Parts: sequence; C-alpha cells; structure tokens
Amino acid sequence: MRNKYSIFSLIKNALSYHENWQRAWKDPTPKKEYDAVIIGGGGHGLATAYYLAKKHNMQNIAVVEKGWIGGGNTGRNTTIIRSNYLWDASAGLYDHALKIWEGLSQELNYNVMFSQRGVMNLAHNLQDVRDLKRRTHANRLNGIDAVYLNTQEVKKFCPIINTSQDIRYPVLGGTLQKRAGTARHDAVAWGYARGADEMGVDIIQNCEVKGIKRNGDVVEGIETTKGFIKTKKIGVVAAGHSSVIANMAGVRLPLESKPLQALVSEPVKPIIDTVVMSNAVHAYVSQSDKGELVIGAGTDDYISYSQKGSHQIVEGTLNAILELYPIFSRMRMLRQWGGIVDICPDASPILSKTSIKGLYFNCGWGTGGFKATPGSGDLFAHTIANDEPHKLNAAFNLNRFVSGDLVDEHGAAAVAH
Amino acid sequence: MFLINCPYCGERDQQEFKAGGEAHIERPKQPTELSDDQWAEYLFMRKNIKGVQFERWNHAHGCRKWFNMARDTSNDEIKAIYKMGEKPPPQ
Repeated sequence: MRNKYSIFSLIKNALSYHENWQRAWKDPTPKKEYDAVIIGGGGHGLATAYYLAKKHNMQNIAVVEKGWIGGGNTGRNTTIIRSNYLWDASAGLYDHALKIWEGLSQELNYNVMFSQRGVMNLAHNLQDVRDLKRRTHANRLNGIDAVYLNTQEVKKFCPIINTSQDIRYPVLGGTLQKRAGTARHDAVAWGYARGADEMGVDIIQNCEVKGIKRNGDVVEGIETTKGFIKTKKIGVVAAGHSSVIANMAGVRLPLESKPLQALVSEPVKPIIDTVVMSNAVHAYVSQSDKGELVIGAGTDDYISYSQKGSHQIVEGTLNAILELYPIFSRMRMLRQWGGIVDICPDASPILSKTSIKGLYFNCGWGTGGFKATPGSGDLFAHTIANDEPHKLNAAFNLNRFVSGDLVDEHGAAAVAH
Repeated sequence: MFLINCPYCGERDQQEFKAGGEAHIERPKQPTELSDDQWAEYLFMRKNIKGVQFERWNHAHGCRKWFNMARDTSNDEIKAIYKMGEKPPPQ
C-alpha cells in the first residue's frame, strides 16, 4: 500500500530532509502479455489506464511511453481548463472533464493545483459579439456556467486590459466561465501515474512502439524497443504521433500534425488573476503560480514533427498581447517551445473504435486537449473495456468523416484552432 | 521557419508561402459515382507522414503560383521542389 500524502507525511519527511519519500511509481520490465496496452504515457494515456483499472477492473494492463511520462504535450501546454464549447456533443464531453477536475486532487491524493480562476474570452468585432452571445446561451442551455460581459465589465474583471476604443481591435465585450481555470500540467500526469501504478498498472518508459501486429482484422500485440508484447486490446493515445502509429497498423486517419508554440516570461509579482483568451487577434495569457506569464501562440499551417515553429507566429501573438496589455511592453520572455498537435478537419477529437478489432484511437485533440484529460481518460477507458463508446463520446467516432456528421468546433469553440 | 526556393521567384522566406497539405491527391473523375467511404478518403484521410512527404505549397505573398515540394517533416529539411503536373522525385 502506498503512503498517503498529507500534512503529516510532509512533516515526517521534512525530519529526514525529504530523502526518504517512497517512489511514486515503479519501473517494471514489460510482461509477455497484457489484457490491454495503452500507447502513450501522457495525461490522457495515464488517465485511461487509471480508469480502466479503477472502474473496469482491468489491472493487467500496461502504458508504454517512448520517452518519459508527461514529457510530451502534457508538459508543453498552457494548462487552461474550460468547457464553454458551442455544440451539445462538445459541451457534454468537456463539461464531463471539468466536473472530474473539480474533485481530482482529492480522488488522486495528489495536488494537481486545479485553480478555478475563470476564463474570459474577448470579442473584438460585431461578429465576435454575436458569436459569443450565441455561445453563452448555448452553454447555459447545456448547464454550463457562462455570462456575457460588456466592455466596462471586462475592464472591471481584468483591469490591466486596454479597453480604449482607439486600438486596432477594440474590446467590445467578452464571456466569462467562472468554473474554468488552470491546473499544474505535469502534476496531472504524475498523479494519474501514481494512482494507476498503485492499482497494478505497469508504466513502461523509454519503450517505443515499432509495429502493430495484426492477424487479419484482429490485433495480436505490439513490437517495441523492449520486445514483443502480446495483447488483445490496444488504446492509442499518441497525440501528434497518432498518424505514425495508424500508418503502422494500416488505419487511415484524418489528422494533420502541426507545430503549436507557447512561451513564458520572466516571473513577476501577481498581475493577472484569471485567464484571458482572444480569438480574433489570437492572444491568450495567464500567470503561473511561479509568476511567469504563460502565453499561447498559434499553429503553423504546414505539417511538421520537428517541434519547432515559425518566428512570425510568436511575433503575431506578442503584437496582439502588447496592444491588449500595454503594461507588458517591457516584459522579457524566458522560454519558447513548440509541441506537435494532431488536428482533425472539424477541430474535434476522435475517441473511437476502428475497423480493426481491439484497436482504439484517442486522438485529434489538436490545440486543446489538456482541459479534457480526466474526461478523455474516463470515456476512452469505457470504450476500450466495453468495446462500445460511452454516450458522451459516441459523437466523436471515426465514422463521422464518412457519414458527414461532423462536430465542427473550428469557429464554434471559444478560440481559433 | 525556413527558406523555400520558389521555382518561379527563387529563394524566399517561408512566411511568404502558404502550405497546401498532402500532394498528388487526385480529384475524383466521376464524383457522382463515389461512395461515402470514397468521399471520406478523398476529403479527409491523410498520410500525415513523419519523414519525407510530398506536399503542395503556394507562394501566396509572391507570384501566387502553386508548386510541389518533397520535405522531411521530422526536421523540415526540403529535399526537392518541382512544378505542378510533374512526377514526384524518386525517394
């Protein structure tokens, strides 16, 4: 039994200079066979393993990760959590996740630093105003908290925003979801890893998948850098590299992988206590607990796995940030990085069975997967365990690209994708 | 960010160009006879290769002409540039 984290364990370990903490997860060598294998040890993959073990009584499972857990996009995103999506299917999916976030630290006995500081989305032109009002109504009909703010209310909620009507794209209003906010991204991966490991899940790091073995239309196992692993069920949660795995298995996916950049500033005292996102000018900013401004830029338009983006993308975002927040004009940026995101034609994810029995894909989260981590894991575990989607992810099947029943969130989500 | 040698204008900064995605996807000759699966394949399904990929680019802020490129998507290295209608270079 794992030691529980508490104020008492903190005091106890302080007495031994924090040198005797139990390790949070084991480092096992892979067994010959598992009931299910999850490819990808990011937040979504670890959450999937956690819920498979916890809710579906599947303990003989493994997560294989080519690097180290949480070292991919889980550790690269801007940590924003919200559920203010337009369409019913998306609202159901993302609010399911948000409800789990609200109790996640207690459930995992791991502080994921979930902070419901609110997310405000700005409108800069009349069409934005109409779209955001429509989305506010749609959200409320779906039981998601949302309010529309006029320019003065935006200024009151976040006083450092420049609400002058003389700027190129003046702030005409905005929406606010108060239950939205941020969480500590790598703590989410670590918390799920610790929870899954405790229930017997093998977390195998530095183990890259080299091939998917099929017998006709049934999966038999995976070839990895640590040898062949036999399994009847494979859940692929490989984010930007989903197509690479799909090509190994001979499955066609509608994804394009593109670089998405983010950057952080030097740490400063608390200046912005919420998350502000702006679709029209593509600028969003929040402040981490360390004091850094966390800024998300956009994607490049070309396919790349290089984890580098173009300079002009960052420049465009910073231009917009400076117009909206003149107070940041002398801030220095500390770090900039790129992650590879798998984007679907309709900017909605795929949580689905495939034409191959025992092969499941959880991908296509594009630029906004972090917020869905707990819900995605829960619903994907349900899909794998029952070989049937849960009603909340039924709309996010792969067949929607054949039927035409898309969940078009490109413009309908609160930000551009 | 990289430099692209436009076959019509010469070497220019990548931000002058617009990426057009996977190349050599042929428009269906008889669209009315396509099944839903075939439409999905044509419209949505992509190879999304990590490695050398053939793709279309447009010199949007230059001559505005389309051309093809063979590019290694794992490191953005451009292997070859060839005009529309030409066959892709051998790998």
